[in-house]
Amino acid sequence: MWLLAFYRSTIGKKVIMAVTGLIGIGFVLVHMAGNLQAFAGWPKLNAYGAMLHGPLNELLWIVRIVLIVAVVLHVLMAWQLTRRAGAARPREYRERRPQVSTLASRTMRWGGVLLLVFIVFHILHFTTEQVDPAGWRGRLDAAGHRDVYGNVVASFHIWWVTLFYIVAMIFLGLHLYHGAWSSMRSLGYAKASPHPLHRRIALVIAIVVWLGFTLVPLGVLAGLLR
Amino acid sequence: MAIDLRARIPGGAIEQKWDRHLFEMKLVNPANKRKHTLIVVGTGLAGGAAAASLSELGYQVKAFCFQDSPRRAHSIAAQGGINAAKNYQNDGDSVYRLFYDTVKGGDFRSREANVYRLAQLSVHIIDQCTAQGVPFAREYGGLLANRSFGGAQVSRTFYARGQTGQQLLLGCYQALEKEVARGGVTMFPRRDMLDLVVVNGRARGIVVRDMVTGRIETHLADAVILGTGGYSNVFYLSTNARGSNATAIWRAYKRGAAFANPCFTQIHPTCIPQSGEYQSKLTLMSESLRNDGRVWVPKRAGDQRPAKQIPDTERDYYLERKYPSFGNLSPRDIASRAAKEVCDEGRGVGPGGRGVYLDFSDAIQRLGREKIAERYGNLFEMYERITDENPYDVPMRIYPAPHYTMGGLWVDYNLMSTIPGLHVVGEANFSDHGANRLGASALMQGLADGYFVVPLTMGDYLAAAKPEPVGAEHPEVRATEQAVHERIARLLQIRGTRTVSSFHRELGHLMWEYCGMARSAYGLRTALQQIPQLREAFWRDVLIPGTGEELNQELERAGRVADFLELAELMCIDALQREESCGAHFRVEYETADGEALRNDAEFAYVAAWEYTGDGQAPVLNREPLVFENVALATRSYK
Amino acid sequence: MNLILHVWRQPGPDRGGEFVRYDAHDISPEMSFLEMLDVVNEDLVGRGERPIAFDHDCREGICGSCGIMINGIAHGPMQATATCQLHMRHFADGAVVWIEPWRARGFPVITDLVVNRSAFDRIIAAGGFISANTGNAPEANSVPVPKQNADDAMDAAACIGCGACVAACPNGSASLFTAAKISHLGLLPQGQPERQRRALRMVAQMEAEGFGPCSWFGECQEACPKDISIDTIARMNHDFVRAAAATRIEAPVRGSA
Ligand SMILES: Cc1cc2nc3c(=O)[nH]c(=O)nc-3n(C[C@H](O)[C@H](O)[C@H](O)COP(=O)(O)OP(=O)(O)OC[C@H]3O[C@@H](n4cnc5c(N)ncnc54)[C@H](O)[C@@H]3O)c2cc1C
Ligand code: HEM
Ligand code: HEM
Ligand code: SF4
Ligand code: F3S
Ligand code: FES
Repeated sequence: MWLLAFYRSTIGKKVIMAVTGLIGIGFVLVHMAGNLQAFAGWPKLNAYGAMLHGPLNELLWIVRIVLIVAVVLHVLMAWQLTRRAGAARPREYRERRPQVSTLASRTMRWGGVLLLVFIVFHILHFTTEQVDPAGWRGRLDAAGHRDVYGNVVASFHIWWVTLFYIVAMIFLGLHLYHGAWSSMRSLGYAKASPHPLHRRIALVIAIVVWLGFTLVPLGVLAGLLR
Repeated sequence: MAIDLRARIPGGAIEQKWDRHLFEMKLVNPANKRKHTLIVVGTGLAGGAAAASLSELGYQVKAFCFQDSPRRAHSIAAQGGINAAKNYQNDGDSVYRLFYDTVKGGDFRSREANVYRLAQLSVHIIDQCTAQGVPFAREYGGLLANRSFGGAQVSRTFYARGQTGQQLLLGCYQALEKEVARGGVTMFPRRDMLDLVVVNGRARGIVVRDMVTGRIETHLADAVILGTGGYSNVFYLSTNARGSNATAIWRAYKRGAAFANPCFTQIHPTCIPQSGEYQSKLTLMSESLRNDGRVWVPKRAGDQRPAKQIPDTERDYYLERKYPSFGNLSPRDIASRAAKEVCDEGRGVGPGGRGVYLDFSDAIQRLGREKIAERYGNLFEMYERITDENPYDVPMRIYPAPHYTMGGLWVDYNLMSTIPGLHVVGEANFSDHGANRLGASALMQGLADGYFVVPLTMGDYLAAAKPEPVGAEHPEVRATEQAVHERIARLLQIRGTRTVSSFHRELGHLMWEYCGMARSAYGLRTALQQIPQLREAFWRDVLIPGTGEELNQELERAGRVADFLELAELMCIDALQREESCGAHFRVEYETADGEALRNDAEFAYVAAWEYTGDGQAPVLNREPLVFENVALATRSYK
Repeated sequence: MNLILHVWRQPGPDRGGEFVRYDAHDISPEMSFLEMLDVVNEDLVGRGERPIAFDHDCREGICGSCGIMINGIAHGPMQATATCQLHMRHFADGAVVWIEPWRARGFPVITDLVVNRSAFDRIIAAGGFISANTGNAPEANSVPVPKQNADDAMDAAACIGCGACVAACPNGSASLFTAAKISHLGLLPQGQPERQRRALRMVAQMEAEGFGPCSWFGECQEACPKDISIDTIARMNHDFVRAAAATRIEAPVRGSA
């Protein structure tokens, strides 16, 4: 019954957390790259979208399933670990002064909740188009593809949508600044170092992802995408 | 009742005694071992090792300590290292040399047979600890490293950074917890042993106070082992932990165990000087520092210049001057007394003029700062943390402080006291160190006693004694329990005006002044007048808030100080009786022309074993003569 | 110097507690923090009041008895320093000092600043040892240990079991303490035979005691008086995952308190 013992232990849960998190990182990097095609003009992005839903549909579904499972597990573990952490200190200190813990590490939980909200909203927005602030549902482009590009541009002309995305991306960056580093440690990979708290790679990943995504709404605001 | 001081030393040549004894001792059949319950008080190196090893043999062990965990026993504080006659350095060490050095170092006031056994067992200790995972220092080849330590001319000291005691104790503690998990040992932390239960002349249990609930518990067993450490805190300020106390052995003494050589107390030369009245303890700076540090004071009395401004020609490296061959590494008693002398001459340095310099500037020039940092980094940090001075730039200031007590309960070759069934291990017994302990030999003795001696001699006792069952209702058990209740009640209802520590401080001053590094008949008599008065004042005027049914740290300390107030008197009586200077015991009346200790083997080559005869009555002196068949009695010379 | 102390006073286990203000007068900067409390206590006792209870013994930073939350920092402001080694010269005259016990489900408060840390003993008993009974040890030099391993093992073995890591951890996790022991023994050849078993059992016990998970906040390392590195926690996870994958025995957990 080692699997059960593993699942019950906090280390086991952290490992699941880390693996699903890393899957997430992999996805966002790819997705980010896909989005940046927007700067290559509407035909490129729409064609990309069409390709995903067309020829690569089966692949897409596999990816979707992996992602859904990952997110569900990730959130479930996050919830359970947070509960356990809370239970471990029934009475808080009158005074507590964090010394070295980063803002990122301290916002994993609420930031995570925001990310969850974002993801749900985001899929309803761009994928299923049930949420349609720009009124772009079902529109096609000149090439007859779903006009993803137009939806993006139109949506980011709406101030609160843009704001929400930008804020969400900030939290994503924070989430990864801690997560990309801690996940490796959770999995037990850490080169002994005089400064265990330093994290260069995580910093790069966080900035790349944050910037890469944020460029799109910024591009729209700057009028580069229209 | 005259007590039986037969040491029960096996016959034969000294090299064969222990092996022969192993064969001659009776054994308890494995199936019966689990039917025996044993009590071990103390989870330091000695007690912890004994409890773990006895449990491994199959006995049921109940272990007690006053800290919240067995891992915190005072052994944890040992810094320098542990000796063993491995001769890994090929520098001519051997079991015999370690034996010889220890007998000589103890100034011929210890038992040859015991010391030889200690030297023999020392090699097994290192094997055992290494197998437990004690991370001893190693060379690049992966083999164990050694250093020379505390007045030894060979490198036989094993160490783990500056935390040797900690690592040895953790090894021991882990073995203990292993047995706790297996069910062989039941651990009772936060228990204060307040009395010994003696039934029909045999030690059969202890009475303890649960320090959290205040409940008084009686625990019965077939035999009792005390490994409760030393009593240096009788001086109030010492290098010992605050909780270190004499209560366990003192209660045993009052129940009939002879107390041997109480006046043999060691003053350690390298401690950080006191900085104020509020001071709660003195911090030891490991003796290993003397390997590279040079001890000096200004030649001119009252020289107030900062160390750096005093030219070499105006410095007195007095240890190198007086003891050319040992120099800064001369034994503790000698180094301490020398420091006191120069301070008495008004040449002491630092606030109050009670300190001497331990200077590393030469070593830093010779070896470089890195090398020194590597060797003593953590000690230098500790020093700076406490004094706010950086030893790399300004020399350390050091001064002697009470550190170790060679005296303790008298035990025979089997480590059994004069009460059958009461065994005593580690610093708590009068040990193998005679009148002075060499550095790195207490850890060795504690572990030898605990791992290798008492687990076997205990079997011999049980097999012969066949202890009959004793119930909690037994009148002698009830009486002891009653006595404990009454004593606590008495302390609590005094409700006087003075705090416990005020009495403890006063006692400390008395002892340091009159029964410290240099003792005189006049001083000791003065102390013998004042101590009873202080004791009387204590029992009249001490103020202990709170009740006995809760965690009450003042009550705990009060009980300990009350016992120190009695023990102190016995120490002075013993020091007065011993009209000679030997080892750490220095009587100003008995010194050679050039101020060295003047031993009197004709009259005092004996162990002074004191017998309790009732409160207010003079204790009776019993003598165990010491015979030296292997090491010829000679005047110690470190010149 | 003078200080204003707000000290947590709690008469006994599972009794209510509260902060009580004490003014500490003419404190010397040379005093240690505990000596400062001694002075306050002697004052209280003189007035027949119950002194502030706190654990302490060696007062040299090695026994691990002491441990107080000082102004929200475990063992106070000085890095790599146990409470008993903290000196008053690091406080400003007139400073306000909040003094609290360690707070964690695994460390129930006994009285005032004294907590019950026996959970740590049970974690060690679960597997924090090498089963080498007295007597059956090989000659010490028969098993060479690379100096680097010996030094790393020593770094981890320096843990004094004070509990500051738990106290400082926002999750109330005992990971650093547990990992330090797993690393110490796991780095030595003598520790290999029981390495996997040790990891499984110690972790299981740690969790049974109600300590939290590790989220890598790093506060424990900062609070640790012996500078134990959180790298040890990575090593613990590594050993645990390997062990969980390799063994089919479910780590039995001894009853926790
Ligand atoms: C600062 C310092 C440095 C030292 N360095 C060295 C060194 O480098 N090398 C060396 O060889 N020696 C050294 N020594 C000496 C050596 O550490 C001690 O002599 C030795 O550790 C004593 O061990 P022990 O087991 O006899 O007693 P301890 O380790 O003192 O253990 C005493 C035990 O008894 C228990 N106990 C005591 N009284 C009671 C009671 N009334 N009720 C219940 N339990 C009780 C305590 O809880 C504790 O568990 C040093 C000593 C000091 C103070
Ligand atoms: C400004 C930032 C982002 C933009 C402009 C953006 C844009 C898009 C667009 C246009 C689609 C629809 C693609 C299609 O259906 O053809 C999409 C799908 C998706 N996005 Fe984003 N996205 C952003 C950020 C994110 C982030 C941060 C995440 C995850 C944390 C995310 C997760 C997803 C998911 C899961 C899908 C659904 C993929 C699918 O199953 O079809 N997106 N995104
Ligand atoms: C869907 C909503 C999300 C929630 C609620 C959430 C929550 C959390 C929480 C609470 C943690 C810290 C767990 C702990 O150490 O106690 C965490 C860690 C992590 N998260 Fe998320 N997260 C979410 C989405 C994401 C996404 C989209 C990614 C990647 C793009 C991600 C990557 C990570 C990583 C890598 C870690 C580190 C795991 C570890 O330390 O072992 N998370 N998440
Ligand atoms: S790891 Fe550090 S903080 Fe935690 S118990 Fe050990 S010494 Fe104390
Ligand atoms: S602070 Fe706590 S979360 Fe982990 S790194 Fe230290 S145990
Ligand atoms: S009192 Fe021993 S570590 Fe602080």
